[in-house]
Amino acid sequence: MTFLTILFDGIAYGMLLFVLACGLAVTLGLMNFVNLAHGAFAMAGGYVCAVLVNNMGWPFFAALPIAFLASALIGALFERLLYRHLYDRSHLDQVLFSVGLVFMSVAAVDFIMGSSRIFIKLPEALQGQIDLFGVGIGRYRLMIIVICGLLTVALQLTLAKTRFGSRLRAAVDDPRVASGLGINVPQVFALTFAFGCGLAGFGGALSAEILGLDPYFPLKFMIYFLIVVTVGGSSSITGPFLASLLLGIGDVAGKYYLPKMGPFMIYTIMIVILIWRPNGLFGRTAAR
Amino acid sequence: MLIGRRTLLQAACIALATTAPIAAAQAADTFKIGLIVPMTGGQASTGKQIDNAIKLYIKKHGDTVAGKKIEVILKDDAAIPDNTKRLAQELIVNDKVNVIAGFGITPAALAAAPLATQAKVPQIVMAAGTSIITERSPYIVRTSFTLAQSSTIIGDWAAKNGIKKVATLTSDYAPGNDALAAFKQHFTAGGGQIVEEIKVPLANPDFAPFLQRMKDAKPDAMFVFVPAGQGGNFMRQFAERGLDKSGIKVIGPGDVMDDDLLNSMGDAALGVVTAHMYSAAHPSAMNKEFVATYKKDFGQRPGFMAVGGYDGIHLVYEALKKTGGKTDGDSLIAAMKGMSWESPRGPISIDPETRDIVQDIYIRKVEKVDGELYNIEFAKFDAVKDPGKTKK
Repeated sequence: MTFLTILFDGIAYGMLLFVLACGLAVTLGLMNFVNLAHGAFAMAGGYVCAVLVNNMGWPFFAALPIAFLASALIGALFERLLYRHLYDRSHLDQVLFSVGLVFMSVAAVDFIMGSSRIFIKLPEALQGQIDLFGVGIGRYRLMIIVICGLLTVALQLTLAKTRFGSRLRAAVDDPRVASGLGINVPQVFALTFAFGCGLAGFGGALSAEILGLDPYFPLKFMIYFLIVVTVGGSSSITGPFLASLLLGIGDVAGKYYLPKMGPFMIYTIMIVILIWRPNGLFGRTAAR
Repeated sequence: MLIGRRTLLQAACIALATTAPIAAAQAADTFKIGLIVPMTGGQASTGKQIDNAIKLYIKKHGDTVAGKKIEVILKDDAAIPDNTKRLAQELIVNDKVNVIAGFGITPAALAAAPLATQAKVPQIVMAAGTSIITERSPYIVRTSFTLAQSSTIIGDWAAKNGIKKVATLTSDYAPGNDALAAFKQHFTAGGGQIVEEIKVPLANPDFAPFLQRMKDAKPDAMFVFVPAGQGGNFMRQFAERGLDKSGIKVIGPGDVMDDDLLNSMGDAALGVVTAHMYSAAHPSAMNKEFVATYKKDFGQRPGFMAVGGYDGIHLVYEALKKTGGKTDGDSLIAAMKGMSWESPRGPISIDPETRDIVQDIYIRKVEKVDGELYNIEFAKFDAVKDPGKTKK
């Protein structure tokens, strides 16, 4: 039964990784923009949620959508003001720019919110574990799995089935032809970017309980986002999703069964997969 | 042009010649303390507490001692040892400080140690807690604590108080390993048994798998040491897993239950028993005043790091009084050795042999007082020397 508990924890952890990283998969994979400041938007969402719940007394579930909106808004603003100018630049420029942004966000949050780690006050209903046939199910983790599962389905449908999805794919594949067909490419990009940031913010708010929230969040978890996207490949949402699950379960199980080498599990999985499929599980070459 | 340049040079020489003695005279009247602490980064709360406490002390006791004006030069090393070393060098060489102080983490304190020896500048360690630190330079004096001090005490206490089987969860770095070794030695000597031993990587996002392992080992208690900042995460996940209801007690050195973070942990922390040298709830008149003024000035209660800083600056003040204003490193260190005084944490002294702190260690339990969580002291071990020193 312990095995199932571990599996459950791993899935929840993986889902969390997915929500945090899928925005990056969108910007990196679909828009071909290396945005290492992704974690900064996640942190913004986390802090917005924390301030609303802890200081202003909002219920947790009401604060979650606001965390999404706030990060999306900041994302939209930054896209219009800054990111837009870097779409055509080299990846190195994009990396340098976004890393700079990370450091600025760390300093800014440190200044405004202080450096100590903060927690979001959870409703009673989300605390503790339910015992289901001997399997310990954490209520909070269960909620993560449900929300993230729904989100994944919605995301996949949006990209594959909606008009916006096809416009986005067209805009990415060939911006010139797409705009010739009447697609407002800058607008599509702006919306997509803002959406990716919103997802990050949402993930940030959800992850505060498990990963902890402090001004160093974007730096600490940058590596995890990148691992998810590299292992998953960046051309679809399915890839990062499966990668997150695999890494989440692998990481948790590794830490449980082999605590001596546990922390390296996630890297081992990454290395093995990348040797096997250098472009990720669903990389461009694999998909086409 | 040529003449102009020469006159300029001459003017500069004259200016330099006239100002130099003034600068020197000023230097003779000021006593400079180079304070190197992390003010940003994961350890920032350590630096802020120390800085606050020093401000508080200077406000209360004035900034002149034995005819010297005390000047504190604050530098932020972000707990990166390379920075610490560079800043210490700058402070010693350029600013000509009389004392370097602070040091949030062990590697930072160790990085500065050779400079203290070479320049004969006293190094006051106000936070870092690994035993070896004071052995690295004859100029190091510590006013914080060592992990072995509290870990041996909680080991003895656990063995005597009906705890037979313990699972340990410690962060995998020097202080964590110190805490583990000290605890293990005393707990097993007292007849206890370690059923599970897990070292958690320092950068660890999720405690779930480790906690599950603890739960499955079914110990009477868990011995926990994680750096102060991670204590909150740990306790919340501990409660999430229902470990608080399974009868497994949490014990450990006091870092996990830092006063700084205690309130944010929620009721899961109730009943946790730790051994430590300071609690904001320490029932002495001096501490009550310390906590009250600290709260008034900085809007929060002081933690054990604040006390380390408070006593560190007190040590400098008293040493300077004792030497009658002599500022060379050897006189200061000689004055500090064996000094004893009353601190907000209780009576403390500096061991003249190891230059490490000797203090009372308290066993405390987390309880709710007036709606806030506090570590309430219920047992006391008098004048504990650092048990982690290598026998010579």
